[in-house]
Amino acid sequence: MSGLPKRIEKSLSPTRFIRTSDSLFRQSYSNVSDYFKSHLSQMIVPNEISNLVDRMPKVIGSLGYDPWGYNPNTAKVGLSILKYFYDYYFKVKTNGLEYFPKQGKALVIANHSGQLPLDGILIGVALATNENGPRAPRAMIERFAPQLPFIYSMLTGFGAVVGDPINCVKMLENDEAVIVFPEGVRGSGKPYKKRYQLQYMGTGFVRIAIKTQSPIIPVGVVGCEETMPSLGSIQFLAKMLSVPYVPITVPIPLPAKVYLNFGKPMIMTGNLDDEDEMKEKVEEVKLAINDLIKEGLTQRGKKVF
Amino acid sequence: MDSGKKPKILVTGFGGALAMRTINKLKKKYQLVGVGFKESSHYDDTVINYRIDFSKRGFETVFREHQFEGVIHLGRILLYDETPLRRYNVNVLGSQKIFDLCIKYNVQKIIVLSTFYVYGAHPYNPSLIDEMFPLKASNNSSFLADAVELENLSMIYMLKYPQLNMTVLRPCNILGPGVQNSVSLLLNRRYVPCLFGFSPIMQFIHVDDVAEAISLAYIKNKPGVYNVSLEDWLPYQKAVKMAGGTLLPIPALPPALARQFVTMLNMKEFPTYLLNYYKYPVVIDGRLFNKTFNFKPKTSLKEIFSYYNQQKSLNFL
Repeated sequence: MSGLPKRIEKSLSPTRFIRTSDSLFRQSYSNVSDYFKSHLSQMIVPNEISNLVDRMPKVIGSLGYDPWGYNPNTAKVGLSILKYFYDYYFKVKTNGLEYFPKQGKALVIANHSGQLPLDGILIGVALATNENGPRAPRAMIERFAPQLPFIYSMLTGFGAVVGDPINCVKMLENDEAVIVFPEGVRGSGKPYKKRYQLQYMGTGFVRIAIKTQSPIIPVGVVGCEETMPSLGSIQFLAKMLSVPYVPITVPIPLPAKVYLNFGKPMIMTGNLDDEDEMKEKVEEVKLAINDLIKEGLTQRGKKVF
Repeated sequence: MDSGKKPKILVTGFGGALAMRTINKLKKKYQLVGVGFKESSHYDDTVINYRIDFSKRGFETVFREHQFEGVIHLGRILLYDETPLRRYNVNVLGSQKIFDLCIKYNVQKIIVLSTFYVYGAHPYNPSLIDEMFPLKASNNSSFLADAVELENLSMIYMLKYPQLNMTVLRPCNILGPGVQNSVSLLLNRRYVPCLFGFSPIMQFIHVDDVAEAISLAYIKNKPGVYNVSLEDWLPYQKAVKMAGGTLLPIPALPPALARQFVTMLNMKEFPTYLLNYYKYPVVIDGRLFNKTFNFKPKTSLKEIFSYYNQQKSLNFL
C-alpha cells in the first residue's frame, strides 16, 4: 500500500482493525452488562418503592453516591426484595411511625435479638417505606463487614455503614436516620431463655445524641427472638472461626410475626463528663424500650407465627 | 509589576503537571523559581528553573541567589516509583533540607503537598476522615513510611518554627492531563485491574482544582493541615468504567493470592503495597479547607473522567 496517502494507509492497517474490534468488544460488554442491570432493576423494583426512595430527603453526589456508598438505585433493588420478606414472611406490623422525624437527624435505638441482624433490616424497611415520610435507613454493621467481597459493596449501597462512633457522628451531622443496637452481640447472641431481657448498654449512644443534638427514637422489637431461638453458643467453634458466637439454632429464620413499636422522640441534654448522669439517661432509654416491648408482646398475644 | 520587585516563590517538582498549573496561576503576582529532577519545556522565560536534586548540597545556592518569600513543596518521588530507600532519602531527608534552608533564609510561608494515602486503607476506617484522624498508612506497609514520615517531619517544623507558616495539604486522588500518579496511570489503561468483589468508594479531584487550592493556601496564608477533596464520591469500578476502561478482576481472597496475581501482572502503578486502597475506602472530609479558604472545585467528576475516555478514543483514530 505504498502508493496510498498515509492517513488511508493507517486506516487500513491490520492493527487498526484489531484495536477497533477490541474497542467494540469493550463497549458492547459494558453496554450489555449495563442493559441487564437496568432491565433487571426495572423488573424487580415496583413503582411505589421507586417513588418512596425518590422521596427520601437525602443529599447525594452528582453520580448518585454518598460518602458511605449509599446509592438510590441499589437501595431500590434491595428494598424491593426485602419488602417481600417484610410483608409476607415476617408479616411485620408497625406502630408509632408517625412520630418519626420526616427529615433531619434521628438516632434509632432498639433491642437486639435473633442471632442474625434481621431486626435492623426490618426496622430499615419500616423507615424506608414509611408513608408519612420515608427515610434512608443507615444501619450500623459489624466492623469485619468491609472484608467481605460483594456483600459489603451491596450493603453500603443499601445504606449500611461500619459501626464506628465517628461514622455515627458524621452521619447525624449529615441529617441521617441512624439505627444503632447498643447491646451489640450481647443482645443478638443471647439464648432464647433470656428473650426480651435487655442486656447491658454502654453510654456511647447517649453521648453521641447529646453531642449532635439528635433525638433518640426508642424502638421495641418483638418477634425476632422467635425467628432463630438459640439454645446457646458453640464457643470453641466461634473462637476457631473468629466470630462472636455460633448459635445452636434452626438453619434458617422461622417466619415469626414481627411487631415494631416506635416511641416518641427523646431529646437528651446533660453533662457529658458526668458518668452517672449518662448512665441515668441510658436507663431512661432502656425503660422506654422495655415499655415498647411489653406493648408489642401484648399486641402479639399467644400467636407467635 | 516589574518581575524583579515581585515576591519570589520557590516551587519544587516544577516538571510535574501540578507545578505547571500552580505556577501559571501565581506568576502574575509572584516571581516563580522552579526546581526539579526532570527537565521541563512548559515555561516561558518569566519562570526561572533549575534542574537539580534538592537532597544534594548544591541546592543551597538557589536559596542564596534568590530571597524567597515562600516555598511550595510539590517535588516528590511518587508512591509507586523507585525504591523505598530512595523515596525516603528524597521525600523525607530532602524535605528536611528544604525546611532547614527555609529557616536559614527567613522564608515566611511553606506549602507542603502531602496525600490522603497517609491515613491508610483499613477495614475499620470511618468515612469522611478529618484532619485529626491518626495516620495509619505505615500499618498497611512499610513501603508507605516515607509519606507518613514527611507528615511527621512537617508537624515538628510547624510546631517548632511557627514563623515558617506551614500549610500541609492532603488531597484525594488527583487526576487530569499530565498527572503521573498511580490512579491516573491506571485510568489511562484500557484494561484496569480491580479486586474481585471490592469496589471502594473513592474521591477524585482535577489537577486544576488542586493548583487552585495550593494558590489559595499560599495567598491567604492560614497555616495548618487540610484535606482537599471534591464533595462527590463514586466506587472505583464505576470510575474505571467512566474513564472508558474495562475491569480486569483479580481474585481478592485470600490476600496472599491477590498479592501473587498482582506481582505476576508486574504493573508499576499497581504495586502490592497499594492493594488495600483498592479494597477499603479512604474517604476524606475536605470541608475545613473549603470553609477556611472559600474553595469550590470547578471540575466535576464527569468532566474529569471524560478526559480519560477521550484519550482512549483518540488512540483508535
